[in-house]
Amino acid sequence: MAKKQNEKKYLFDNPRNVKRLLGIFYASLVVLLGLEFFIHKHPHFAWEKWFGFYAIYGLVSCILLVLIAKYVLRPLVMRDEDYYDE
Amino acid sequence: MTSSLLIPPPFVFILGALLVACLRGRLLKVVAVAVPVVSFLILYSAPDGTYGSLSFIGLDLALAEVDRLSRIFGYIFHLIAFLGLVFSLHHDDCAHYVVGLLYAGAALGVTFAGDFFTLFLFWETLTVSATFLIIARRTAGARGAALRYLLVHAAGGLCLLTGIVLHYHASGSVAFTALDLAQPGAIFIFLGFGLNCSWPLLHAWLVDSYPEATIAGTVFLSAFTTKSAVYVLARAFPGCEPLIWIGAAMVAFPIFFAVIENDLRRVLSYSLINQVGYMVVGIGIGTELAINGAVCHAYAHILYKGLLFMSMGAVIYRTGKINATDLGGLYRTMPLTAAFCMIGAAAISAFPLFSGFIAKSMIVDAAAGGHFQIVWLILVFASAGVFHHAGIKIPFFAFFSHDAGLRPKEAPLHMLLAMGGAAFMCVFLGVYPDFVYGMLPFPVDYEPYTFAHVLAQRQLLFFSALAFTLLLLAGIYPPEIRSVNLDADWFYRKGSRVFTLAADRIFNGINSWAERVLGWRLTGVLVRFFSEPGGNLQKYCMRLATEYSGAEQRADLLEQVDRRSRTATYPIGVWVLLAVLLLAIMSVLFILF
Repeated sequence: MAKKQNEKKYLFDNPRNVKRLLGIFYASLVVLLGLEFFIHKHPHFAWEKWFGFYAIYGLVSCILLVLIAKYVLRPLVMRDEDYYDE
Repeated sequence: MTSSLLIPPPFVFILGALLVACLRGRLLKVVAVAVPVVSFLILYSAPDGTYGSLSFIGLDLALAEVDRLSRIFGYIFHLIAFLGLVFSLHHDDCAHYVVGLLYAGAALGVTFAGDFFTLFLFWETLTVSATFLIIARRTAGARGAALRYLLVHAAGGLCLLTGIVLHYHASGSVAFTALDLAQPGAIFIFLGFGLNCSWPLLHAWLVDSYPEATIAGTVFLSAFTTKSAVYVLARAFPGCEPLIWIGAAMVAFPIFFAVIENDLRRVLSYSLINQVGYMVVGIGIGTELAINGAVCHAYAHILYKGLLFMSMGAVIYRTGKINATDLGGLYRTMPLTAAFCMIGAAAISAFPLFSGFIAKSMIVDAAAGGHFQIVWLILVFASAGVFHHAGIKIPFFAFFSHDAGLRPKEAPLHMLLAMGGAAFMCVFLGVYPDFVYGMLPFPVDYEPYTFAHVLAQRQLLFFSALAFTLLLLAGIYPPEIRSVNLDADWFYRKGSRVFTLAADRIFNGINSWAERVLGWRLTGVLVRFFSEPGGNLQKYCMRLATEYSGAEQRADLLEQVDRRSRTATYPIGVWVLLAVLLLAIMSVLFILF
């Protein structure tokens, strides 16, 4: 029974489906940037007027988030799993 | 007293808990689930006003005060209590239901308390009942976490009590009203609330204990303690500026921890602090829009955070695992749980058409309207970060990512129903925000769905997802590692050991020294001396005399002394001499003093 389940193919077991998903994802990024030409902005701050501010801010801040967490925070705070158990 | 409020909601829950304690089997579960429904109907039909006014030891108490602010928190607490109870129906032990109802009742008690005395009683009930929700997991880790939870919250409770006493002493009133930090005692109340609200450095109890609780316990815990603290802050300290910066810190720092955390329920706990941070910022800004935003966010947050904890609970229930290193690929056999989890993830990430969007936007816009530039940048950064660590990481590592080879069954029906209910609300609020806007404390004049706003939010989230994708494909994304990440609890978890060790060395050292010297040596000396005090004294004087004169010790004299002291036969002249000496000493003392 367990073997049979293992043999069953699921949605993302096929690499083509993963590729398709990524393709749709990248296309939607382009569309989202393109749509910015058609909107009327009403910003609170000057930087909100810059083209693609939210996109760049999201991308850069998340890369920084991961890099800081990985290379600064983790060396500082990571300990063995039984650290508190002695 | 107009009594259309039959019994105040907290007491319905407490009575329900007592009733449930006497029941077993199916009836137990039916009654437990019925309690929040009955209580909700009572609350729903009651008009705003003060109920249960009474005088107790000279204090004017108000057991329940219903207004727009307490009512909306009351409603959401009822809803999550109901969903949480449905989620926990796999438990047959009545203790779970009793503690769950008491805990929810205590949170409602805090919400409707009209005075500090009632507030404090329910505040402490909240702590004690929460401790049992953690300890009920019955693991060594849970016992330790529960004990630490109890100690930390007992300290917070004492801080709050100090503040209340000082406040009462100065003002002569225990009425629960808005406070100014300059008022006597207010700072202690502020910090007492802040501990339950998991402010930075006071937050470690949350990430320590929530991942150790039972799977249903965590759903309860995630809803009540922090959000009742948000409520009391909104009532007591609206517009208090330090809250803006405290909230901004809460929003920012947990997301770094969440990125490197392996235990997925601990990831959610960090993200809980981050979400509560938004509410604290909103309360600190204090405008009508900001307070509305904070309350609305609390309402939406309780549902999607509950949903996310439920989905992770279902994963633990079926697989017994929760570390990202052990999970992956579960979408194959738990598709519904995966779908509900993704709805929760979309809601917490504030995707348009989900509940987080219509709530969080109000706070971010309030920050922009108040020209808090740095705070605004932090809030937007954290919005992207939330999507990163909670929105993507949770569903991705549990249900997708690498195939861990696990093929568990789908979650049981009652869990699916609870998750389905919460997921429905996440979408419903996103699609029809007026439902919750109509209940907020102030009239709402806010439109979340402008084209520019929706596009900005989508850009932010999609490019945040792009960062995740690129880092993952490039192999830079930090791999999940079995580990413990130090946090502020280090100070008391390790500090308590240093304290115990130091206390052991110092106090047990003094104790054993005292036992050796006073207990054994000194008593030995005294016993020997007082067995023959007169004889010993004489012998000692003789020894001194022989030592100074250099003459030999006379054995016959020693023998004589021994005999006399044993038989107590001294010449009368000696007694008379002693008596005269004593009188002389007393006379001298009398003359001197």
